[in-house]
Amino acid sequence: MADTAHNQQSQLGTRHLLGIKDLTRDDIELIFHTAASFKHVLNRPIKKVPSLKDITVANLFFENSTRTRISFELAEKRLSADVVNFSASSSSLKKGETLLDTVNNILSMKVDMVVMRHPAPGAPHFLARHIDAHIINAGDGTHEHPTQALLDAFSMREKLGDLAGKHVAIIGDILHSRVALSNILCLQKLGARVRVCGPPTLIPKHIGSLGVEVSYDLRDTLRWCDVANVLRIQLERQDIQYFPSLREYSQYFGINRQILDALDKPILIMHPGPINRGVEITSDVADSEHSIILEQVENGLAVRMAILYLLAGRREA
Amino acid sequence: MTDSTAHGRIIMDERRLSLTLERLCHQLVEKHGEFENTCLIALQPRGVMLGERLYRRLEHITGGLHPPYGKLDFSLYRDDYRTRARPIPVQPTVLDFLVGPQSIDGRKVILIDDVLYTGRTVAAALRTLYDYGRPARVELLVLIDRRFNRELPIHCDYVGMRVDALDEAYVRVVWATAPESGRVLLYPDRKAAENDLHQQQQQND
Repeated sequence: MADTAHNQQSQLGTRHLLGIKDLTRDDIELIFHTAASFKHVLNRPIKKVPSLKDITVANLFFENSTRTRISFELAEKRLSADVVNFSASSSSLKKGETLLDTVNNILSMKVDMVVMRHPAPGAPHFLARHIDAHIINAGDGTHEHPTQALLDAFSMREKLGDLAGKHVAIIGDILHSRVALSNILCLQKLGARVRVCGPPTLIPKHIGSLGVEVSYDLRDTLRWCDVANVLRIQLERQDIQYFPSLREYSQYFGINRQILDALDKPILIMHPGPINRGVEITSDVADSEHSIILEQVENGLAVRMAILYLLAGRREA
Repeated sequence: MTDSTAHGRIIMDERRLSLTLERLCHQLVEKHGEFENTCLIALQPRGVMLGERLYRRLEHITGGLHPPYGKLDFSLYRDDYRTRARPIPVQPTVLDFLVGPQSIDGRKVILIDDVLYTGRTVAAALRTLYDYGRPARVELLVLIDRRFNRELPIHCDYVGMRVDALDEAYVRVVWATAPESGRVLLYPDRKAAENDLHQQQQQND
């Protein structure tokens, strides 16, 4: 029968996007399939569709963000949703209001979806238990950052095809990184092999229990991998000194042109931003033909549109 | 070949379908000649199955003419996106003949779909099309026109067959894997159509 040849899943299995942990492989495939169509829309002269014109989204950013906040806001606007923005610095939070009170107040204004970034791990999960709107986690402390992992995997797939059996290295500050955990979970669901690499002080002790390889040798890791996802050194999250100096870090774990040229095959270089140029990667690597950093940003918009669209269109059983 | 399946009646068999496709192609050629400024756009997903067969036939009839051809997905423009019983997955839109900043401005567009029923699909397709520019003219080709079931003022310009049936009746165009063969079935309701499809799938397994 040609007319129903593919039995494609038509909706997500979850009503919130709290973490990659809650997604199935089919959910991820559905998000990628939908994101590909949104990428087409983003390359049209008119980059807007009317799908979410009856939806209001609140972007609650309790922690600083430029790229993710703009990406979400643009994604919402391109779907014709109404958008309200809130950032911690200008809020009543400083006057002592609790998270739940803040959010309930916003929801009384009839908001359908909440995109939230919060410094406390689990904050969006807490919210999901107490309120009715769809919640999208835009980063909760050092826990998860699911949309970043999805856009990273989507970008890898665009370049490499099926990720099954591909080698992906996550390099740098794994300990403080929500991007690392979400990436590991997402890549494993897609069948890739994952290795983390960085100074021992910045690699969580029991990370091997997630089924990832651990290496402290940058050159060996780069020889092993097809993709190097380089993370930022998060100085703002480090309350103690994890390494002697930035200069020493960049000598052991910084990627420069020389190291890449010495490899026998080209590898993809990714970075979730913002880049500390000259620390984790040098400028000539960040701007080289190996780097897909700006494509990640473009894909981020398409992937976020797909997630908003799919969650808003979900039917409750 | 029988003239009915377990739950439905065949209203267009393979031979008739083939003749109808042939006639539709000739009608297109009669009206659009060399297709200088005309493009064919099939609607995802079911219009595409008709569109591809029609396009091959058209190439054959015209001796190798390749009018611009594309596929349009209108799911992002549906009026029932959040209300229909089950969401429909988004399908790719492929309009490769529009390169760079070139838009659909000033072109004649022939939209292709298998069944014209309430007209809501075509309305959504028109809304989608307008985000690619301002076409000079839009025409509609359908294999089946259920003319008494319209909910919007939409009409078609090329018709394979007119079917007058009750609102609850369901028409399914079934394409076989062999190119250009297929048939059209009329069911008393949608449930009968689904049962029939289910049974045939079980037989195929």
